[in-house]
Amino acid sequence: MIVVPPAIQRIPWKLIALLSAITGFGILVLYSAAGGSFTPWAMQQTVRFLVFLTAAMVIGRFPLRIFEDFSYIAYIGVLVLLIAVELLGFVGGGSQRWLNLGFMNLQPSELMKVTIVVALARFYAQLPPGNTRSWTALWPALIMIGLPTALVMLQPDLGTALSICIGGVVVMFVAGLPFWWFGGTAIAGAAALPILFSFLHDYQQKRVLIFLDPESDPLGAGYHISQSKIAIGSGGVGGKGFLNGSQSHLDYLPEGHTDFIFATMAEEWGLIGGLALIFGFFLLLRWGTRVAIRARTRFGQLTAAGLTMTIFFYIAVNLMMVMGLAPVVGIPLPLFSYGGSSMLTIMTCVGIILAIENDSKTGTRRFH
Amino acid sequence: MARGKSPPITEAWRGITFTRRALVVGGAQAAVGVALAARMAYISVVDNDRYVLESESNRVNLTLVPPRRGWIVDRNGKALANNRVSLRIDIIPDRLHNREVVLGQLRTLLQLDGDTMERINRDLKAASGFQPVAVAEDMSEAEYASILVRLPELPGIAPQRGFARNYPTGAAVGHLIGYVGAPNAEEYQKAKDPLYITPGYRIGKDGLEKYFQPMLKGKPGARRVEVTARGRVVRDLETQPDVQGKTVHLTIDADLQEYAARRMGRESGAIIVIDCLNGDILSFVSMPSFDPNSFSDGISNNEYSWLRADDHQPLINKATRGLYPPGSTLKPMAAIAAIEHGVDPSERHTCIGGYRLGNRFFRCLGTHGSIDMPTAIMKSCNSYFYWLAHRLGYDAMAPTAKLLGLGEEFQLAGSNQRYGTIPDSAWKQSRYDQKWTASDSLNAVIGQGYVSVNPLQLAVMSARIASGRRLYPRLINRAFQNEPLPFSPEALAVARQGMDLVVNGAGTAVRSRLPLDGITMGGKTGTAQVRGLASGSRGQSGAWKYRDHGLFVCFAPVENPRYAASVVIEHGMGGSRAAAPIAKDIFTFLYDREKAMEALETFEGGWGGTIKERMDRDYAAWKAGASSDPNPELPQ
Repeated sequence: MIVVPPAIQRIPWKLIALLSAITGFGILVLYSAAGGSFTPWAMQQTVRFLVFLTAAMVIGRFPLRIFEDFSYIAYIGVLVLLIAVELLGFVGGGSQRWLNLGFMNLQPSELMKVTIVVALARFYAQLPPGNTRSWTALWPALIMIGLPTALVMLQPDLGTALSICIGGVVVMFVAGLPFWWFGGTAIAGAAALPILFSFLHDYQQKRVLIFLDPESDPLGAGYHISQSKIAIGSGGVGGKGFLNGSQSHLDYLPEGHTDFIFATMAEEWGLIGGLALIFGFFLLLRWGTRVAIRARTRFGQLTAAGLTMTIFFYIAVNLMMVMGLAPVVGIPLPLFSYGGSSMLTIMTCVGIILAIENDSKTGTRRFH
Repeated sequence: MARGKSPPITEAWRGITFTRRALVVGGAQAAVGVALAARMAYISVVDNDRYVLESESNRVNLTLVPPRRGWIVDRNGKALANNRVSLRIDIIPDRLHNREVVLGQLRTLLQLDGDTMERINRDLKAASGFQPVAVAEDMSEAEYASILVRLPELPGIAPQRGFARNYPTGAAVGHLIGYVGAPNAEEYQKAKDPLYITPGYRIGKDGLEKYFQPMLKGKPGARRVEVTARGRVVRDLETQPDVQGKTVHLTIDADLQEYAARRMGRESGAIIVIDCLNGDILSFVSMPSFDPNSFSDGISNNEYSWLRADDHQPLINKATRGLYPPGSTLKPMAAIAAIEHGVDPSERHTCIGGYRLGNRFFRCLGTHGSIDMPTAIMKSCNSYFYWLAHRLGYDAMAPTAKLLGLGEEFQLAGSNQRYGTIPDSAWKQSRYDQKWTASDSLNAVIGQGYVSVNPLQLAVMSARIASGRRLYPRLINRAFQNEPLPFSPEALAVARQGMDLVVNGAGTAVRSRLPLDGITMGGKTGTAQVRGLASGSRGQSGAWKYRDHGLFVCFAPVENPRYAASVVIEHGMGGSRAAAPIAKDIFTFLYDREKAMEALETFEGGWGGTIKERMDRDYAAWKAGASSDPNPELPQ
């Protein structure tokens, strides 16, 4: 019997296989979307995936303690970056979402999706259990979520703002805050929806309206949704075959390699491809949820649950959007869409969840 | 650390709550996942058919290819109307995503004017879906290429290679063939044919083009192409070729037609040449005319105003819609009628410079002395015919006139005729509720008064006199009886003899004798007053529009007539002066082209070039005058 060295054993091969399968499938689709070419997307996506996968594995080896210790500092740092972006945009005129770091464009709002979860997890981990139902359990969290959300909404980036909110709210939920707080907020939110709607920018309002009735403007802003549904619907069960998607190849499907890549895939791979991909994501989310439930520390629990939600939110909103169930908010499909920012965020999430998993293997369960 | 302060909330409770809530969240996520999978299954399985259809309608662009129009050819197969390649640019409204930018680009590239842009915008508003909207037609290769290279930046723009109607001889066939044009809204409403709103499709609007539309139109082709969202054609899928319309064969002789039109020069009038063997119309000219090529491209407002403003009325087909007092050209007819009513052609009447009827004296143009019937025709003596008309009454002559085709509306392809009047007592009674008088007869016999005919009728009359048969004029090969006329051979012979003398004896048209060996022409001049005789002026000078009309009817060869013709020159001041020389050259052309062309080229040198050259120059001058200062003589 061959003895596998411990160092090799410690590498999460199953997780790597899952991530590679999802991303690999995505790269195939990118290859097809480029008209059967590795350039400009497939090759770069491959390189990017390998880099980020390595990074995630490295992050996964960090002791969990580090994340907990640096969570507030990281939160404050990203918040400052968000303000900086806002100021730059104010000075430069118009809206700006990124900082040019020279070697890459950094979107602080992407980082915030992760840091909000980590920071809130620390807050609730330190909160004495008896205060769980008190006012002290609520207001710091609301401020921590509210500040970055407001800043991102100013950019304006509705999708990211929602993502930050959802990540934070889920941490609050699993932290054990009274159930009726969420129920009450949800009802109040629904009641306040028309008022919130009026706060949205014109183009955002339009998107929502078109989502409610895409056929009203099939050539204008409803074009995306209509074409995406045509792509998915015309794929049928088995799809039109690899490299045979007319919607994407003839440019009817806009953003066929980024936000609407699921439609590109579904056209060529059909329902079978779609279900396979959804199953892949299910496995990834199940892993995240299991890590959360088995986590050794409360910080680990809350963080893993929050980050899993963040990944889920990406997937769910993107799929709902391409299937015509949600308005067009520029949210890419994790690991599948071409693009660095979202992959950076997702792989950071995966890395931190991996660190939590590793942490739970090293010692006994404790709640402090 | 392990103990909570109050029993309900402990670390253990918190742990259980977390697990429970994490499962709730996980369960909710799974539920959303299942819902998404179900939604996808619904779209791709239940709605599959619908979306496959939509995807195909995206991918495949079906365009009608306007059929090539059938040719119109002359008796020898020479084209009077054919098709030429036309480069065009259309907009597919469904593919046009950035309207302002694209239209702006087109405007600069093709230098479109404000009117055109307005029309395009209007058409775009009215158009829907894939129904193309025309931007520019008949573009030069350079303009076309400038659009082709920029096609990727111009989504929604569709360049096409189509066909346009072409009339090789231009204005010479304007009134004969008519013209084509884009169907208007009413025509589309009536036809309900999508082809009617396909850019580049033309239907016959006038003349033979309109009359033979069902034959000429052909069957449209269909082109299925795979296109990108920007309208770029990726590949042709399958193309059903168009079926060209049928060819229409006319009896016209294209060369003669063109010659006649050119020979008319700057005059206004009509020329009809008929084959005396079968009634074939060999030439059917009304000048000045419009260039039907301008109409088929969509005539500009400017050019149309120019045509309308011309006092020579190029938009009116004078061959069938121009009515003229025939003047003396009816005298051979009157001679036939007289002989049929028992007058002996050798009976003499003495012309004393006129004819006295009661207390009125009807003047003759000369004092011809004692003359018989052929001489009366030769000299065009009014007195002799006044005498005949007074003796027989016009009611005796009108039936003969009608038998010879005067006052008759012919079943002629594509023509819209005004058939004039051959008066008699019954007509006058019903029209004016007045009795017919002897002076009416006298006026009518010299082709004045109530008598009016069109040039086609005059040509038919001379063809019938020449052939002795009731020839029916035709433009296409239709069978007619052409039965012999119920006249005695003697009557016809006297008429022909008189007409022979007019040209070859000592008649009014001796200067128009044919310059040919062995072929002679018989004819009869006519000069018709535009102003009433009472006005005193003889219409031989003064303003153009008050001058007398010049008419000439003729046939050749005299011995065995083959061709007959009528020439009407509006305000030409006299038949022998204006009309007969033209008839001479036309008959010369039929027998000796070179000699006739020589004569024509000399004339055209004096007139300032061919029809097209003159029209272009006149139009340019008119535009300069109409659009700038009222003093077009001044340079700049």
